[in-house]
Amino acid sequence: MGNITFIENDGTQHVVEIEDGKSLMEIAMANGVPGIDADCGGECACGTCHVIVEDKWISSTGSATDEELQMLDLTPERAPTSRLACQVNTSEQMDGLVVHLPEFQM
Amino acid sequence: MKITNLVAEKSAALVPMNLQIKAGHLVYKAKRKAGLIKEFPDFVEAPVPDVATLKLEDIDVSNPFLFKQNRWESYFKRLRDECPVHFQKNSPFGPFWSITRYEDIVYVDKHHDLFSAEPFIIIGQTPKELAMEMFIAMDPPKHDVQRQAVQGVVAPKNLKEMEGLIRSRTQDVLDSLPLDKPFDWVEDVSIELTARMLATLLDFPYEQRHKLVYWSDLAGGGAEMTGGSTDSDELFKGIADMAKDFSSLWRDKAAITAAGEERGFDLISLLQSSEATKDLISRPMEFLGNLILLIVGGNDTTRNSMSGGILALNQFPDEFVKLKNDPSQIPNMVSEIIRWQTPLAYMRRIAKEDVELGGQIIKKGDKVVMWYASGNRDERAIEEPDQFKIDRKSARNHLSFGFGVHRCMGNRLAELQLRILWEELLARFDKIEVIGEPERVQSNFVKGYSKMMVKLSAKQ
Ligand code: HEM
Ligand code: FES
Repeated sequence: MGNITFIENDGTQHVVEIEDGKSLMEIAMANGVPGIDADCGGECACGTCHVIVEDKWISSTGSATDEELQMLDLTPERAPTSRLACQVNTSEQMDGLVVHLPEFQM
Repeated sequence: MKITNLVAEKSAALVPMNLQIKAGHLVYKAKRKAGLIKEFPDFVEAPVPDVATLKLEDIDVSNPFLFKQNRWESYFKRLRDECPVHFQKNSPFGPFWSITRYEDIVYVDKHHDLFSAEPFIIIGQTPKELAMEMFIAMDPPKHDVQRQAVQGVVAPKNLKEMEGLIRSRTQDVLDSLPLDKPFDWVEDVSIELTARMLATLLDFPYEQRHKLVYWSDLAGGGAEMTGGSTDSDELFKGIADMAKDFSSLWRDKAAITAAGEERGFDLISLLQSSEATKDLISRPMEFLGNLILLIVGGNDTTRNSMSGGILALNQFPDEFVKLKNDPSQIPNMVSEIIRWQTPLAYMRRIAKEDVELGGQIIKKGDKVVMWYASGNRDERAIEEPDQFKIDRKSARNHLSFGFGVHRCMGNRLAELQLRILWEELLARFDKIEVIGEPERVQSNFVKGYSKMMVKLSAKQ
């Protein structure tokens, strides 16, 4: 089983196990990673599961879709590698993935 | 010398705004006199019938007394169960679709490509002469540009700065309340606190803060808009007044910045510092629209959540005991209050093309109303939805703030205000007792209270 690391804005790290086929948001929620609200429950409609993918990993997660960008545009912390965690499906190939949490969710 | 010139020039450009509204009012009155405007009849209150006695096609949830008489739950339950995408042909506001299940509401709210928020988000309409431009009623891309210009004022970072101020103002209000003696919670707490908040956000003269409440109540309350009882002449006068006050606020702020002082972090200063909105004053309907949007958006909604929470804990007294034993539940309870109350009952859209939903064909051009108040009680999405539970799991998954690009811009501010209110209430009072039945607002849009008598007992 591979791991994913979530890094909070203050530097706190949370290493969690990948569950194949689950979204990054679901994994974070299941493991109690703070700082992800997921108010819409994964519908790409609230923007409160914002994460910033480390540059070198963006090719394996892929970039934000147009639908995500609509929501991400609403946050001042948006970065070039921003994603909505509910829209990133995880797989074993993402072993070692590092994502950062913004200071605030919208 | 230069500065004064600049200011004089600016004010010359500004004169027209409130006059423009006044002129609009004259046109409106003339048209009305000539019979060109069909006077929208005032609603006359009658007892709302038991929904079980009605045929499906006769159910009209635009009735502004449904909330006032607290009969709405059974109406929406019947629609959710028997006809979740429901067409009402003959309402006083014309034909409209009602979307009543959680999942369908998320679908509609998300798909701005299929459902337009233009030109209004209420079931009815405002007089043409008062048609403000607000981004809540604009589609992308115009919506996005306008929202980005102002959202900094309620961004979490700014709120963190404001928390101390909000808390001290809340403490002042609570410390002045009588003990062991009934008073009107709506007037003395909910309205007072939201007025203080708005005055802070706008940097509006503090002693005149009740004007903000008055204007906001006017703007949301006409019969032809939401079934309310605001008179249209009063509405025109109020908006003209507001135009005057806000133009001079804008002018003052511009003059201060021109004189080299540092710009504040209030809404007007933010508008003046953004490329997209720095000339907003020259577009009066947009200028007023943005301000009204913030005032209305931040007024009734938080106010009625402040009252609704008190009522909920009185109807579910065990939850109050739980809360006192574990105040760390406050943030979760705040979400639960906002769900349970659903201060704005719906948002309205217009179908941009034919859309099939719930087995029905919604035709291009049809009005579509997303009933958040119903979706938040949908047993398909929420367990025991009529129960108020401060420790509800996934309490944040509610519809009250909407979803998609229009998702409430002030949601964090609203949560912050409510959290602080409850922290300060628990620190002071042992019992918060609602006396008698509260009075509810006449509207199909604002789900709230006009009066709620409350008696407080101090903490020992
Ligand atoms: C409990 C309190 C509140 C509730 C229930 C509420 C509810 C809503 C809803 C339902 C929408 C439309 C969502 C949609 O169409 O999908 C909305 C939008 C909006 N709200 Fe709130 N609101 C609250 C507090 C506030 C506050 C405190 C402010 C500002 C100070 C505010 C400002 C706005 C603005 C500017 C919009 C338009 C956003 C857009 O169109 O992009 N709201 N709100
Ligand atoms: S959970 Fe709402 S956008 Fe991801």
